[in-house]
Amino acid sequence: MLAFVLRRLFASAVTLLAIVVLSFVLMRAVPGGPFDQEKPLDPRIRERLEASYGLNDPIAVQCLRYVGKLLRGDLGPSLRRPDASVNSILAAGFPKSALLGGTALLIALLVGGLAGVYAALHHNTIRDHAAMGLVMIGVSIPSMVLAPLLVSLFALTLHWFPTSGWGTLGHLVLPATALGLAYAARIARLTRGGMLEVLRQDFIRTARAKGLSEAAVVRRHALRLGLAPLVSYLGPATASILTGSFVIEQVFAIPGMGAHFINAATDRDYTLALGTVLVYSTLLVGLNLVADVSQALLDPRIRPG
Amino acid sequence: MAIAVLALLGGWAMVLLARSREAPPPLPPYEVPALAPDEPLPPPPSGRLASRQVLRLNNSAEPATLDPAKMTGLHELNVALALFEGLTSLHPRTLRPVPGVAESWDVSPDGRRYVFHLRPARWSNGGPLTAADFVWSWQRVLDPATQAKYASLLYCIEGARPGSGPPGFRALDERTLEVRLEAPTPYLLELLAFATFAPVPRGSVEAHQERWTRPGSLVSNGPFILAEWRPFERILLRRNPHYWDAGRAAIEEIDVLAISDAETALKKCLNSELDWIRELPGEKVAAAARLPGFRYAPQLNTYFFRFNVGRPPLDDRRVRQALNLAVDKESIARYLLRAGQRPARSFVPPILPGYTPPEGPAYHPEHARRLLADAGYPGGRGFPRLALLYNSSGSHQQIAEAIQHMWKAELGIHIALTNQEWGVYQTSMQNRDYDIARSSWVADYADPSSFLDCFATGSGNNRTGWSHAGYDEQLALAARETDPIRRMALLREAERILVCDEMPILPLYFYVNAYVVHPRVRGVYDNWRNFHPYQYVYVAAD
Repeated sequence: MLAFVLRRLFASAVTLLAIVVLSFVLMRAVPGGPFDQEKPLDPRIRERLEASYGLNDPIAVQCLRYVGKLLRGDLGPSLRRPDASVNSILAAGFPKSALLGGTALLIALLVGGLAGVYAALHHNTIRDHAAMGLVMIGVSIPSMVLAPLLVSLFALTLHWFPTSGWGTLGHLVLPATALGLAYAARIARLTRGGMLEVLRQDFIRTARAKGLSEAAVVRRHALRLGLAPLVSYLGPATASILTGSFVIEQVFAIPGMGAHFINAATDRDYTLALGTVLVYSTLLVGLNLVADVSQALLDPRIRPG
Repeated sequence: MAIAVLALLGGWAMVLLARSREAPPPLPPYEVPALAPDEPLPPPPSGRLASRQVLRLNNSAEPATLDPAKMTGLHELNVALALFEGLTSLHPRTLRPVPGVAESWDVSPDGRRYVFHLRPARWSNGGPLTAADFVWSWQRVLDPATQAKYASLLYCIEGARPGSGPPGFRALDERTLEVRLEAPTPYLLELLAFATFAPVPRGSVEAHQERWTRPGSLVSNGPFILAEWRPFERILLRRNPHYWDAGRAAIEEIDVLAISDAETALKKCLNSELDWIRELPGEKVAAAARLPGFRYAPQLNTYFFRFNVGRPPLDDRRVRQALNLAVDKESIARYLLRAGQRPARSFVPPILPGYTPPEGPAYHPEHARRLLADAGYPGGRGFPRLALLYNSSGSHQQIAEAIQHMWKAELGIHIALTNQEWGVYQTSMQNRDYDIARSSWVADYADPSSFLDCFATGSGNNRTGWSHAGYDEQLALAARETDPIRRMALLREAERILVCDEMPILPLYFYVNAYVVHPRVRGVYDNWRNFHPYQYVYVAAD
């Protein structure tokens, strides 16, 4: 097991390096630059700016310099925001996105997991169809529709929560629900599917034949394997939910990380864009590793050699 | 639980659908208020004031920097306005320069030497603000290490251009500053109110380097000080007791929010969580127009199309004229934009005191067809396939489609539409890699030259390849002219060449700024720059 983890760790590091280099080169291949604006800068001033950030050096040199700094934990200055470093921008935004995403994930797991198990246990009954019908609605309503609906009802009409903003628990409820429900729907479908497959298997019949109660069968035997598809989905899903949602953070004016993914790219703020890519891919690679390891622990048939 | 929530939401969606009404009628075009050039400053707050003088305003974006030397955009300038004050400040209604840190000034007869007499002003830490502070701050702007993007604004000062000798400003004594100019610059006093010319606190900048803009180390001299800065969320400003005119400022605290989504900001306004939305995109105007505090004001900002005259047949003046005459700007403004804009027949918006722009030709499809036939394309036959370029955002696509249709219907020519993402579009414009391109221009100062200089030969903002000796000559004569009336006449003649004869551009409409200010908030005046000095603002009691 340890050898497996170490091997995967090494592979992850190589993947990350490839992502950085590739993103660096691709980003610079796109026309436009961080100092473009409708009113062009004085050419001499522009040249000085580009020189001071080293943007005139060959791409390979710039890339090497970037990776060198990266190894020391420095993501560089933001090209569009002279008062801030990329480290400081991400350090301010990530915890907010992560708190929002974490809460949303809890809601999603609770609602989705329960709905999935419930539907699987009442397979092909009216309860199953009702639960899955609701889930289908959940999958189909994009958060950019759901979020304003929630605001309109719970903030503007009932005045239970503020319309948007950040800072108190009340600010967290609506965005976490809007973000969580979309994931809950997918989780419910995965859980139901996984459970159904397991419930049909021989060892479950054996367990039932032994005289175990249905609850014990589900808890002790079925859940463990039935959750396997969910676990492999949760790796990438967690990475994406923790790094923030552009739509939700826009609608609720949350100063998280979500907007940087889009804005840094359109602003050609190369360093900030690379920083967001790096945070996201590190989480993605790391959580996939965690998912693989937990799957091995859950399912005795998947044991790394 | 989930079932209940979803059912509730479904029901609510029905209610909302049932409530949605027909689109409201378009807003009438803006009216330009008649203002005396010597309009006095507004009186101090009168009537009963609210006990809590707190202003919550949406600035729409996170400022890129709070260092005035490095600012370029409106979202930064809106905050600089509260924190810093230059030698001059601007009248909240007319935007005419009024005394700021400088109490008075003398101008030499040739208009090239100014002597400013500073008032006994103080920094927010109580230290004295002297002429030497301005000298140091301006030298800092010119120092390449500062990376001041708008350092070029100082180039009207003698010796300020790189490599042209010591800059022509110096402190004659603690409270007297002399500025010598390259050429007479009629808009200098207005320029001095711009953030680039603001004084910065030397002690703090030297001690904290680029981190001096944080709360605690940002020492300022304007009506407010920086109390808190939560990036991408809010900036909290408090009244500066050391400001020279602190008696006038009624607002105790300003909460500057960075909400980029206009719908979110509107909902906050509806729910009384916000008092002021500084700007609204065109598509939100209909929804906002129902709010009691909705307003709109003309801007010194023109929407137009550039013709690349390096590409035939756009090198033919008659073709450019035909394309201009075949566009029904009135209909586009009234039925498509619907937010109070006026169609443009000149490049300079007709709202500057002392300047009446020439009127370009009106919509005349028949004449347009004749011109096109004269150019060798009767009924559009044989006209090459050109492309109209626009950046993919806002209503640019709808406008481009309307114009494409008009040209097809009136002239029988087919123009392809190309949209590019902002950065890509910028590069195309820089490389002049387009046939016809959507553009806009905002004035930096209230003078026609701020617009007309764009199309001088060799200007970095020309981007059309158009060059006209007569036009250049009028501009050069105007730059040397010290009599304001003769100067305006010269500029008008230049603009006549641009929009009546040569037409390297197609002016389409003049922008308006739509915004919302809660009726309780007083002292915010419509003006052409959406510029509202906060010391005149107060909150009236309900």
